[in-house]
Amino acid sequence: MARKERKGRKVRKEAPGLGRTLLTPEGISLSIAIASRGARFGALLLDLFFIGLLITVVSVSLLFMAGGAASIERTLSSGTTSGYALQFLLVVWLIVLFLFRNAYFLFFELGPRGATPGKRINGLRIAARDGGRLTPEMVIARNLLRDIELFLPIVFVASAGAESGLAWLAATAWFLIFMLFPLFNRDGLRAGDVIAGSWVVQAPRPKLARALSVEAPAEAASTAATSEGPKYRFGEDELAVYGEYELQALERVLRDKRAKAIEPVYHTISDKIGRSDGWGDERAFLEAYYTQLRARLEAGLRMGVRKADKNTEETR
Amino acid sequence: MSGSVQDNGQAASALGAIESAALRSDRFRLEREADWQRLEAIVRKMEKGRLRKVSDEDLLALPGLYRAAASGLSVARETSLDAATVAYLETLVQRAWFVVYGPRTSLAGWLRSFFAGGWSAAVRAIGADVAACFAILVAAVAAGWLLVANDPEWYFALVGREMAGPRVPGATPEMLRATLFDNADQNGLSVFAAQLFSNNAQVSILAFALGFAFGIPSVLLLVQNLALLGAMLWLYSGAGLTLDFAGWIAVHGTTEIFAILLSAAAGLHIGRTLAFPGPRPLLSAAAAAGQRAAVVMVGVVLMLVIAALLEGFARQLVDTTLGRFSIGGFMLVVWCAYFFAFPGTRRWREERAGEGGLR
Repeated sequence: MARKERKGRKVRKEAPGLGRTLLTPEGISLSIAIASRGARFGALLLDLFFIGLLITVVSVSLLFMAGGAASIERTLSSGTTSGYALQFLLVVWLIVLFLFRNAYFLFFELGPRGATPGKRINGLRIAARDGGRLTPEMVIARNLLRDIELFLPIVFVASAGAESGLAWLAATAWFLIFMLFPLFNRDGLRAGDVIAGSWVVQAPRPKLARALSVEAPAEAASTAATSEGPKYRFGEDELAVYGEYELQALERVLRDKRAKAIEPVYHTISDKIGRSDGWGDERAFLEAYYTQLRARLEAGLRMGVRKADKNTEETR
Repeated sequence: MSGSVQDNGQAASALGAIESAALRSDRFRLEREADWQRLEAIVRKMEKGRLRKVSDEDLLALPGLYRAAASGLSVARETSLDAATVAYLETLVQRAWFVVYGPRTSLAGWLRSFFAGGWSAAVRAIGADVAACFAILVAAVAAGWLLVANDPEWYFALVGREMAGPRVPGATPEMLRATLFDNADQNGLSVFAAQLFSNNAQVSILAFALGFAFGIPSVLLLVQNLALLGAMLWLYSGAGLTLDFAGWIAVHGTTEIFAILLSAAAGLHIGRTLAFPGPRPLLSAAAAAGQRAAVVMVGVVLMLVIAALLEGFARQLVDTTLGRFSIGGFMLVVWCAYFFAFPGTRRWREERAGEGGLR
């Protein structure tokens, strides 16, 4: 008993990984995957690169408008019209610096896609941890904390310098505490996520969606064909051998376009149930078996009967 | 709709497929597949940011289609062993959920509700913290004054030699007076104002964000800034310039100090919630407090913009103590009235009541 419990706990501990279950307001549980820490770090680096690029472009173009760095000092204090124009450019630059640092993340995460360009490239997005709507308040809160997590410590470390001893040590410790924060909780939350009630999850790739739309007509046709006059009929005891696990394995084989796997699977099944009348017509045989096995298992499901795999008994 | 032959033909063949499908779960899927595909098409357009290409009809149908797909998913999980359908629905529902529950309001729309009552409501919601920070503020000014009054050496510890400039203990009243008036010909005012703003905004964001450390650094930051004010107040009152100095500060101070007070209160609110989350789970209590404080912080940044403009322009242009007091006093009245007497526009209150009913 004790051993069984320990085993159970171990399984639970391993199971989380990146997968999480999220309850939507309608009460539907969604299985989502939280973002891996590596992907988030990569997204952050990308975003910082973009910000740096934008700031450089704006600075250079403003400098160009101002007509070179050398004359700035002179013109600025001259009190002439060009002096005022230059002042204006300087004001624009100061505000742009502030905006890029703080509003870049806000702007993109408030958009309909809920992700900065860096996150989008890495297939990530922000979501509310409680399954509800992602509100602007959440986005603002999580990004205001970015200042103490990232920008301030970097400035600190850079300005203190290694020779200043204690101050540098303190700044580095501060930096590390916040940078390593996501490593020490299950969901990879950074301090901003804790405050905002948000988390970063993997945006589903639309790739999976193809499976049905491509496969559907073929399968519909095949089920239609078998219902007209099933070539192969299987008895109750022949179908009772396998469970859900084998059914899904068989589905994967049938969906696989390559015919290689069909034959060994046919042999395994025909040996197990002791029939060999599908020789030379393996695919049709397996499709018929699949359909009838699924019909049997699904009928069982409606009565609350499950058979997980061939090794277990039916459970009620 | 108009009974086109093609539509009818498709519908007939679909019906035929549904009837001839052997499995109940296949019939289930075939019956709903068209809706799922419609939902997928809408979601795909919205994911690509082509919101304008989605027709009004589709936009209205979206929530219904999403709910139908979601309930289809939970039925399929219980009754269908078709792994591909379940996997397809899992992804589809998740993508639709992101779209349906993604950020809905635009920044402009959010700002509108922010001014219409969201901001003042958030300030009132952290009212206890604002009151506590106000008490700390008064104590810090008094402490700064008393420290310097006892030992003028404290002045440099609090203000710093660089910042003090000519404002040092022992300076003549004339020199001190000169720092308060007749600076209208100063150049580079707008640059100065912009610098002030970004510096102050940084300090206040820091005060808010450090609330994460149980609010203690936020309070310390408030104490440090206000003790400095107390020390300078002592200096000017020694020269008989108390009122003039107060006027000089009041122009922008009623706005700026208010903003710093609010950011410290926002930090304290978060820190307090983290230390004492109450009956709710820590994470959800922290999230609620953080969202409330974030609204306050957006307001703080706006107040600092106004403060910088007042400091950069109004103070230099208005050179009399009375004029300065009336500007500062007016701003104080406006802020207090907005925060503590403005319940929000009627439309905003109705909207909020609607949201409250849904949650």
